[in-house]
This record gives sequence, C-alpha cells and structure tokens, in this order.
Amino acid sequence: MQYLNTQSTTYNDTVVRQFSIMAVVWGVVGMLVGVIIAAQLVWPELNLGLPWTSFGRLRPLHTNAVIFAFGGSTLFATSYYVVQRTCHVSLFCNKLASFTFWGWQAVIVAAAISLPLGYTTGKEYAELEWPIDILIALVWVAYAVVFFGTIGTRKVKHIYVANWFFGAFILAVALLHIVNSAEVPVSFMKSYSAYAGVQDAMVQWWYGHNAVGFFLTAGFLGIMYYFVPKQAERPVYSYSLSIVHFWALIFTYMWAGPHHLHYTALPDWTQSLGMIFSLILLAPSWGGMINGMMTMSGAWHKLRTDPILRFMIVSLSFYGMSTFEGPMMAIKTVNSLSHYTDWTIGHVHSGALGWVGLVSMGSLYYMVPRLFGQKQMHSMKAIELHFWLATIGIVLYISSLWISGVMEGLMWRAINADGTLTYTFVESVKAKHPYYLIRLLGGTLYLSGMIIMLWNVLKTATSGKPALASIPSVAAQA
Amino acid sequence: MSDFTSNFWPIFIAVITLLGIFGCALLLWLTSKVKVPNADNDNTSGHVWDGDLREMNNPLPRWWVWLFVITIIFSLVYLVVYPGLGNYKGKLGWTEIKQYEQEIESANKALKPLYAKFAGMPVAKLAVDAEAKAIGERLFMNNCSQCHGSDARGSLGFPNLTDHDWLHGGSPEKIKETITNGRIGMMPPMAAMVGNADDVKNVANYVLSLSGSMYDSGRAGLGKAKFVACAACHGPEGKGNQDIGAPNLTDNIWLHGAGEAAIIKRIYEGKINQMPAQAAKLTPEQIQVLAAYVWGLSNKPSK
Ligand code: HEM
Ligand code: HEM
Repeated sequence: MQYLNTQSTTYNDTVVRQFSIMAVVWGVVGMLVGVIIAAQLVWPELNLGLPWTSFGRLRPLHTNAVIFAFGGSTLFATSYYVVQRTCHVSLFCNKLASFTFWGWQAVIVAAAISLPLGYTTGKEYAELEWPIDILIALVWVAYAVVFFGTIGTRKVKHIYVANWFFGAFILAVALLHIVNSAEVPVSFMKSYSAYAGVQDAMVQWWYGHNAVGFFLTAGFLGIMYYFVPKQAERPVYSYSLSIVHFWALIFTYMWAGPHHLHYTALPDWTQSLGMIFSLILLAPSWGGMINGMMTMSGAWHKLRTDPILRFMIVSLSFYGMSTFEGPMMAIKTVNSLSHYTDWTIGHVHSGALGWVGLVSMGSLYYMVPRLFGQKQMHSMKAIELHFWLATIGIVLYISSLWISGVMEGLMWRAINADGTLTYTFVESVKAKHPYYLIRLLGGTLYLSGMIIMLWNVLKTATSGKPALASIPSVAAQA
Repeated sequence: MSDFTSNFWPIFIAVITLLGIFGCALLLWLTSKVKVPNADNDNTSGHVWDGDLREMNNPLPRWWVWLFVITIIFSLVYLVVYPGLGNYKGKLGWTEIKQYEQEIESANKALKPLYAKFAGMPVAKLAVDAEAKAIGERLFMNNCSQCHGSDARGSLGFPNLTDHDWLHGGSPEKIKETITNGRIGMMPPMAAMVGNADDVKNVANYVLSLSGSMYDSGRAGLGKAKFVACAACHGPEGKGNQDIGAPNLTDNIWLHGAGEAAIIKRIYEGKINQMPAQAAKLTPEQIQVLAAYVWGLSNKPSK
C-alpha cells in the first residue's frame, strides 16, 4: 500500500462540497446573464450604451459561465464523488484536488473580468486569452492526475461505466483545449491563433463540436450512469449497450465538427464526412438515453413521488430529443435552412437547459444532503416547484425559438419574381420580436427555479454539517 | 485544385473513414454476439459497486440495432453518390460551386424576359415607371440599404443619395459606373504639406469659411494661402472635382463629420473610403433599374 489515499478510511468530500455549492452559485450567475442578454434581444436599449454591458461581451460571459462554471463545477463535483465511491478508495492526492478547485474558480473569475473588458480570442467557447488558457491547461492536467490516479489505486477490479465516460471526457477536453488554443501571444492578453483561414475554422469547430460532445455530453453521461441507477435503485439496463454506445460515441463525435461549416469554404469532402458521421452519431447517442430510461423499468411508479428522479428522466428525454434534432440539422439540406437562425439557439438550449441543466440539478439534489449529513434536501416541495418551473421554462424557450428560427429561415430565402429577396433582414428581425419575449419568459422561469435551488441548497448545507463518508472496508466482488 | 498537399492524404483519409464506419458495424455485430457470463443467474454481470450499483445483461434492443445499421448503410450510399472519400468525386459529380453556379444561371435565365423590357429604356423614363421603381426599390433594400440606409440618406462615412451632392457625379451614366465598378475615394494625409499645427488649424478655418460655417476669420485669412496644397484636388475655390471624387467643400455637407476638429483630423490622417463593386452580384439590367431608382431619389423626372 504505497499510496496515501489507499489508507484513508473516509472519502474526500471536501472538494466535492466546494464544487457542488459553487456549481449552484455559478448556475444562478450564468443563467442571470442569459436572461439579461435575452432581454437585450427584446429591448436593445438594455445594452446601456456601455461597452462592458453590450450584448457582444455579455454573450460569451453567459456561455462561459453556464458551460465552464456551472457545467464544469458540476462535472468536477460529481466525477470526484462518483470515482471514489465506485473505486472504493479516497481521492488520489488531496492537495492536487484542492488545487483543481481553487484553480478552476480562478479561471472563472478571470473570465468574468476579462470578457466584459473585451479581451477575447474570438473563438467561440474558447474566448479566454492565453494566460487564462495556460491556467486551464494546468488545472486540467491536475484533474487528470487526480481522476486517473484514483482509478489506478482502486480497490475493485472492474471500472464502472460512469468512469469510462468521465475518463473520456477528461482526456478529450485536454486534447481539444490544447490543440485549439495553440496561439501566438503578442502581448499580455492578446494572441493570434496558430492556424489560418479555413484550417483555423475547422480546428475551431472540431473543438466546438467536441466541447458539446465531451464536455456537455460524455461527462454528463458519466453523471447519468451513476445517479440514475442510484436514485431509481435499479441496475443499469444493459452492459453490452453501454459498451457499444460508449465506443461508438467517442469515436464518432470526433468527426462531426464540419456540420458547423456547411456551405462554407470548407472542402466538399470534409462537409460530407461531417454530415454522415453526425447521422451515425444518432444511434450511439440514443444508446445512452435508452440505457438510462430502461434502467427505470420496474421503478416507473417512483416518478410520481420522487421529483429528483423526475429531473433525471426528463433530462434524458431532452437528451434524446436534442440528439435526434442534431443529426437532422447536420443534413445539408436541413442545415441550409437552420444555419444562422434561432433554430440553432433552440437546439442548443434543448440540450443545455433540458439535458445538461436538469441532470446536473438532479444529481446535485442527490449529493447535497448526503454531503452535509442530512436525510434529504431542506424542502422537497421546493424541488417539486423547481422541477415545474424548469420544465415549463424549457418548453417555452425551445418552442418559441423553433418557430422564430424556421420563420426567419423561410423569410431569408423567400424570393420575388424579380429575383430580389421578399424580406429585408430587418423585417425578419422585427418578426422575431414576440418570440424573443416568450423566450425571455421561459428563461426567467428557468432562472427562478435555479434561485430556489440555491436557497434550498444553502438551507440544507447550513442546517447540516460536513459529513464524513466512510469507505466500505471489504469491497464487494466487482 | 486539389485540397490535398500530396497523394498520400486523400488515400489516408478515405481509408480511415471506411475503417471507422466498418469499425462501428463490427463493434455492433460483435457486441450483439457476446454473452456475458452470469454466475448468479440474476441476469446481471455480477459486478457490484458502491453497495448496490449493478448492470444487467440485457441484449441490445433490436430496433436500436436497426437504427444504427440504417444510418451506416445510408452513409455508405452517400459516400458513393457524393464527394467524401478523398479525391473521389462521387457518382453525381456534385460540388458546392457547381450547385451555386447552376442556381445563379437558371435564376438569371428566368429573370431575363422580365428585365429585357427595361434594358433599352432611358433612366429618366425608368425612374417614373411604376414597375421599374418597385423593383429598383427592392434591389436597393437588398443590396444597398445596409450602408446607405433604408431611406438612402446615408450616415457618417456613407453618402446620402437623396441630396444633390455627388462625389463622382450624379448623371445616370456616372451612377451606373459607380454601382458597377465601385469607387475608392482617397485623400492623402496633408498636414506635412500644409505646415505646422497652427497652419493646419488656419487651413481648417479657411475651409469652414467656404461653406459659411462657424469659423475664426483671423485664422481663415492666414489659412487661405496654405490652401493651395488642397486646391490641387479640391479646386482653387474648394468646389471639388468629380473626376477624382474630391468632395465639394463649399456645400456644408460633411461625409466624415462637420466642424473644426473633424476637418483637422482629416488633414492629419487623410481618408480612404470604399464603395464595393456590384458587377459580380447584379446583372447589367438590374444595375440599369437600380441606377434609375437612385437617380430618381434626387431628380424629379418630368413625365
Ligand atoms: C436561464 C437560462 C438561459 C437563458 C435565458 C439563456 C439565454 C441565451 C441567449 C439569449 C443566448 C444568445 C442567443 C443569440 O445569440 O441569439 C444564449 C446563447 C447560448 N447559451 Fe444560453 N441561456 C440560458 C441557459 C443556458 C445554459 C444552462 C447553457 C448551457 C449549459 C446555455 C448555453 C448557451 C450556449 C452554448 C449559447 C451559444 C449558442 C450558439 O452560439 O449557437 N445557456 N443563451
Ligand atoms: C448527436 C448529437 C448532436 C448532433 C449531431 C448535433 C448537431 C448540431 C448541428 C448540425 C448544429 C448546427 C450547426 C450550425 O448550423 O451552425 C448544432 C449546434 C449546436 N449544438 Fe448540437 N448536435 C447534437 C447534440 C447536441 C447536444 C446534446 C448539445 C448540448 C448539450 C448540443 C449543443 C450544440 C451547440 C452549443 C450548438 C451551437 C454551436 C454554435 O454555433 O455556437 N448539441 N448541433
């Protein structure tokens, strides 16, 4: 027993607690910024005429805050929680784990300051400038050491499926971040990409799509594979399904990036490959949904009484929906209508609010009382309310953007007999106004649910105290 | 032109594409065959984690396997028909560029008869023809309003097309020329030619005096002599020169800002401004109709 962590008799949940609380806090912040920019699209005066509060600077603040601060903190919290419990060992190197917490929070704060000040690389989801990129790389390497170190020192033979997904997510994100953020610094906070022209665009969307595929999908599938069977108290539906869909998913995602660049300067063959691999991605994606949904067999009745389980199952439905919609949008004919429209934004948020958001909330509701030595969350009624606010919010958000997206796509391509466009651009903007209002309403409902969650989590945390979870002494036969 | 830098890459990419697709199929096939041993006969794999986490040995759902297979078959067919495997062009010979060119060609063909009747009409006539005016307005909204504004009144840096002030001339021919080929307006930085900072300020006040704007008469008097450097383009009286697009300085219309500070800035920095050529986007007949619309904005044509 040469490693310290293998001698510990309790799990290291300190870092899990820290990340869990911050996930909820950043969730509120990121979604608040989302609501603000949604309001700016309805009433442009809310840009306030100041550079720091203009849409162009707040939008990347929103995406970074929800994806990397809210989503990222959730992933850290859950993966640390899960890997210890499914390896029956404490975290490998507590100091490094603690560094990942403080380092990641530093990244977030640096983003929250530098983005409104206008520092950006101009690459979507990779806007942060080079000094912050370096910090991200350091934190990520530390994360990989902690995670894989824990796996390497596990006391059970088999590696649980959730850890395959977390592991793939950590490795892929390291690769994506380092390749896409290769840049030449010209001064403190200014750099140029190492790639040029269409290659730069392709590297960026290889990154962009896999940010979706590994950050927002593989990582959250890891969450799903632990918390759904735990909360439903049922075994995972099919071991063989997990094998096929895991390997097919991580392989295929890597190819799908070109569907973000249909009908551009990208060579035809590259676009074709992006399209077909996106279609092949449908079944592997649904494999995850099926495995989660069917885990419920024999436990469906629990949905009636258990709002936490409901968060998870509705999340899986949105996962299925957005991964059906995605491959359809990747078909060139469909994409020529949907590209550049609100349909894309609707698709994003059916994945982001529906899948990523709900499964995060479900798993946090599962963990928080256990982390603070409580039987359950402070208020189950509040969870119920949160569930309905979130669900109605999502439905309003995505259905209004489907309508406005398809409408605007059709308006842009409508042509008069004389060859001119039927509608000027500004007419299509005007036509979207009511739908933007509905989206704002949906977003506000979703945000209010998140605020209730923050209250509920803080109440639970303060009425309990940090709990020590002991490691079962004799591992089962796994 | 090939997308590849050597003959190796197209083969490489085609091979790993096919290996990838067949690999998915193979994975599917093998996993659907594998039977995980279940010692306890409870239809689980026998592994347990964290107290109660288990996984069952249920087979892959049939419909799901078929869904997977169908997408694989579709993709292989697609790769036969469309470009995708390295340098292979696909059975249809389809390319993005070809599709674009064909669509433009067939659209132009369809539009020909409509525009044919306008081609011979003089601009003054077109400007009062209701149909031509309506088309002209739509062409303007599609192609010009982004810079010149929906009301064609322009904004800072973008000329107003409804006044009588023309940089390059307002005759129908000149307007057509501007739309077709675009224009580049260029004024070099002049401060060095004019003299020191004081001289620049004096010239600026002289320029202001030409259009009856607010100015300092003492300075304007001193600046007059220095204006010779400017007169080369703007003319001795400052009335401009449409042959080279030098603006008239006497009409109190300021494309890049009015007042002493704005003028001083121009003298120091010069200015390059561009109207992009439309010849590649619009047919000559469309430009004819558009020119008539623009001309009609500032000319009340007699019926
Ligand atoms: C209260 C909830 C939210 C609201 C009101 C909201 C609102 C918005 C708005 C207005 C935009 C800009 C759309 C545009 O440019 O037209 C946007 C973009 C985006 N949001 Fe959200 N958002 C919310 C939550 C989330 C969450 C939870 C995530 C991810 C986990 C997310 C991820 C994104 C992404 C990735 C984009 C960029 C989409 C693209 O570029 O195609 N949002 N959001
Ligand atoms: C099988 C799975 C999926 C496929 C094939 C897919 C495909 C697509 C396509 C074709 C687009 C539109 C690209 C464009 O026209 O610009 C898109 C955009 C996007 N999707 Fe998906 N999608 C999938 C799943 C998801 C999921 C689950 C999420 C979120 C959790 C997601 C997040 C996004 C985001 C953020 C964008 C916007 C990117 C941008 O333009 O900024 N996608 N996706």
